[in-house]
Amino acid sequence: MKRVIYILPLAAFVVIAAYLGVGLTRDPHTLPSVLIDQEVPPFSLAAIEGREKGFSSADLIGEVSLVNVFGSWCVACRIEHPFLMRLKDDNVVPIHGINWREENRQAGPAWLARFGDPYTLIGDDPESKGAIAFGVSGAPETFIVDARGVIRYKHIGPITPEVWESTLWPLIQELRKG
Amino acid sequence: MIVETGHFALVMALVVALVQATLPLIGAQRGNEAWMAMARPAAIAQMLFVSVSFGCLTYAYLTSDFSVLNVVNNSHSAKPLIYKISGVWGNHEGSMLLWVLILAVFGAAVAVFGANLPPTLKARVLGVQALVSVGFFLFVLFTSNPFERILPAPPDGHGLNPLLQDPGLAIHPPFLYLGYVGFSIAFSFAIAALIEGRVDAAWARWVRPWTLAAWMFLTAGIGLGSWWAYYELGWGGWWFWDPVENASFLPWLSGTALLHSAVVVEKRDTLKGWTVFLAIVTFSLSLLGAFLVRSGVLTSVHAFATDPARGVFILVLLLIVIGGSFALFAWRGPSLKASGLFLPVSREGSLLLNNLLLTTAAAVVLLGTLYPLFLDAIGGGKVSVGAPFFNAVFVPLMVPLLVAMAIGPLLPWKRGDLVAIFWRVQLVLGLTGAAVFLTWVFAADGPMFALLGMGLAAWLAVGTLFEIGERTRLFRASMAESGRRLRRVSRAAWGMTAAHFGVAVLVAGITASSAWTVESIQTMRPGETVQIAGYDFTFEGARDTRGPNYEAVTGTFTVTRDERPFTVLRPERRVYPVEGQQTTEAAIRSTFLGDLYAVIGEAEGADGAFVTRLYFNPLVPWIWAGLVIMCIGGVVSLSDRRHRVGAPSRRHRAQAVESPAAA
Repeated sequence: MKRVIYILPLAAFVVIAAYLGVGLTRDPHTLPSVLIDQEVPPFSLAAIEGREKGFSSADLIGEVSLVNVFGSWCVACRIEHPFLMRLKDDNVVPIHGINWREENRQAGPAWLARFGDPYTLIGDDPESKGAIAFGVSGAPETFIVDARGVIRYKHIGPITPEVWESTLWPLIQELRKG
Repeated sequence: MIVETGHFALVMALVVALVQATLPLIGAQRGNEAWMAMARPAAIAQMLFVSVSFGCLTYAYLTSDFSVLNVVNNSHSAKPLIYKISGVWGNHEGSMLLWVLILAVFGAAVAVFGANLPPTLKARVLGVQALVSVGFFLFVLFTSNPFERILPAPPDGHGLNPLLQDPGLAIHPPFLYLGYVGFSIAFSFAIAALIEGRVDAAWARWVRPWTLAAWMFLTAGIGLGSWWAYYELGWGGWWFWDPVENASFLPWLSGTALLHSAVVVEKRDTLKGWTVFLAIVTFSLSLLGAFLVRSGVLTSVHAFATDPARGVFILVLLLIVIGGSFALFAWRGPSLKASGLFLPVSREGSLLLNNLLLTTAAAVVLLGTLYPLFLDAIGGGKVSVGAPFFNAVFVPLMVPLLVAMAIGPLLPWKRGDLVAIFWRVQLVLGLTGAAVFLTWVFAADGPMFALLGMGLAAWLAVGTLFEIGERTRLFRASMAESGRRLRRVSRAAWGMTAAHFGVAVLVAGITASSAWTVESIQTMRPGETVQIAGYDFTFEGARDTRGPNYEAVTGTFTVTRDERPFTVLRPERRVYPVEGQQTTEAAIRSTFLGDLYAVIGEAEGADGAFVTRLYFNPLVPWIWAGLVIMCIGGVVSLSDRRHRVGAPSRRHRAQAVESPAAA
């Protein structure tokens, strides 16, 4: 009996190591969404403080757009933010924002006021309604939605200039053509 | 040429480490004294070679040698000197070189200061230490070579992530590594003890100072990191339960447990298997932390290197080091016989309770950190486990720990009487009650947990002072007698008192800042005033300024209290053109009761208005003070001669050496 106790740590470690091994094979950045190539389920989000218009599934029809999930609590969003500001300044594609899981109604607007606001439309999403519609797993996350309102791509984590040049921007141009 | 020298020195260090990892271990097994004696010069040579290697990389950074890929990626000729130096470890390759440097320095320290260790134990400890070194040398040389050249050399570098260009962060990784890697010594001692099949009081006496030193560095490292997050990230927060923060906190929790269980081994000759287990766990958690950060398995701001090859390599290293140690533990552990018996209510009992609570805390933090990974591995999708989970499980574990912390030192070894103790601590209970009452008077509308937190802080602080009072029979014996007893209190005991008192101050700071932070976000025009916590913040406007390698907007707030000038705050928002990134520099003025904290945001409109964030963060300075007091406790305890020289037999010689200097 006593011997078993001494073996427990080894057993526990083997289990953890197995999971770590599996974890290594999964790139956290390329996990596909189950909703890829499906129409965004209908949703309607209220405006954040300081804006009049919210963000709903109807707004996605008619033009290729980026939908970016962010929150003032999200560290990596802060890293990504300057790049979104650059995209906005270049005015290449409309960027819509889902301000996800803010506990304080002023936190999101204050964050945008402080770091800049790259978004065309923003929906306030304290109850994860929009996040569920898109199958969001964490923030930041960015979706490319085509002109018919179909989710075509999901990017997990901050958008970097490399990801933009190699993947997102070519896909947007392709979607615009046909 | 210098760069190639650095590379070559690293290869030489590997060769020496291979010798150190084999001959002494075999020698100890066969009783070959010459082979065992190889350990000492090898450990010192290994340290010298790695130092040369590290020095060469530092030289490449100082001279901005852009023919080195690592320098190109992480430095820039216009960077201030201090960040050229900190740039050496502000990246994956360089930080791993720092890791092996510290590993070798600790090994050499054991070789030099461990003159009174039994030869076989010393040979085995250094041999095990070198085995770990070999693993990391191979890792650096094969997957993370900092000396790689780039041809043709670009005219200038990419610069260092501006978030990392900060004095707090420049010195924070070395402290963390000194902590992580410092636990490798306790680990090597544990493995050596398993090979020898013997753990005794002498063994514990040798292990304790190394563990204490590592614990101190880790405490300082975590504190510095937290302080950096507080003033640099500009959210007024100081702990986010980020996976990388957790990675440093896990070994701290188990290391703290180890520190206490080693005392029991030394004084009472029991909890041996458990202590060896904790030593293995603590270093394993340090390695796991390295894996989580380096492999990119968990995404986080800190994960500056995500390369699958490195992840696989570290995983294999983990399997060998941790799996091998636990296998050895399963095989040899049962042979470690304890002699001391004790009852649940006793000093040992309270230390065991401390251990159970700390390891449970470490287990739940580990679970919360790895849970997203587990769920993903079984196809459950990606989730993130946030602060609410950690607060909900961690805080309830800390409550009984803090209660027991004040009682434990008052209990005698072997058996104690809880009822009698409670009679003795009436004074402490009374003062704790008074503290809770005062908290309630001053913050009647505050959350309930604040009453509990402030009560626990008071309980621990008063209880710790009470223990010193008891020790010296203060107010019961004559003042002269108490004074004599006070001088006889050992430095180790003072160290404990300081460290526990530091925890009390820390708890008060954490509680107050979580409960009563005042935050105000608004757009302010020049001349406008906002009142927070009794202070009037007047916005005087903002102007463009320029630093050595950044441009900034600097705001000015004059703060008055009761119409009288109090201070001027100048928060900045910086843009680093080379890296194209922004950082915020909060302006902080600390007072005894809390921090005035100001952040300046974007310009709003054309009339000089800016978005501003103003905070009053109560008792946050107490958090840093508490951590400093804890570290001071560690230093005081380490200065205790019994710790420094290990065995008491050397006492006379040490005194003889010291006395001429004193005279």
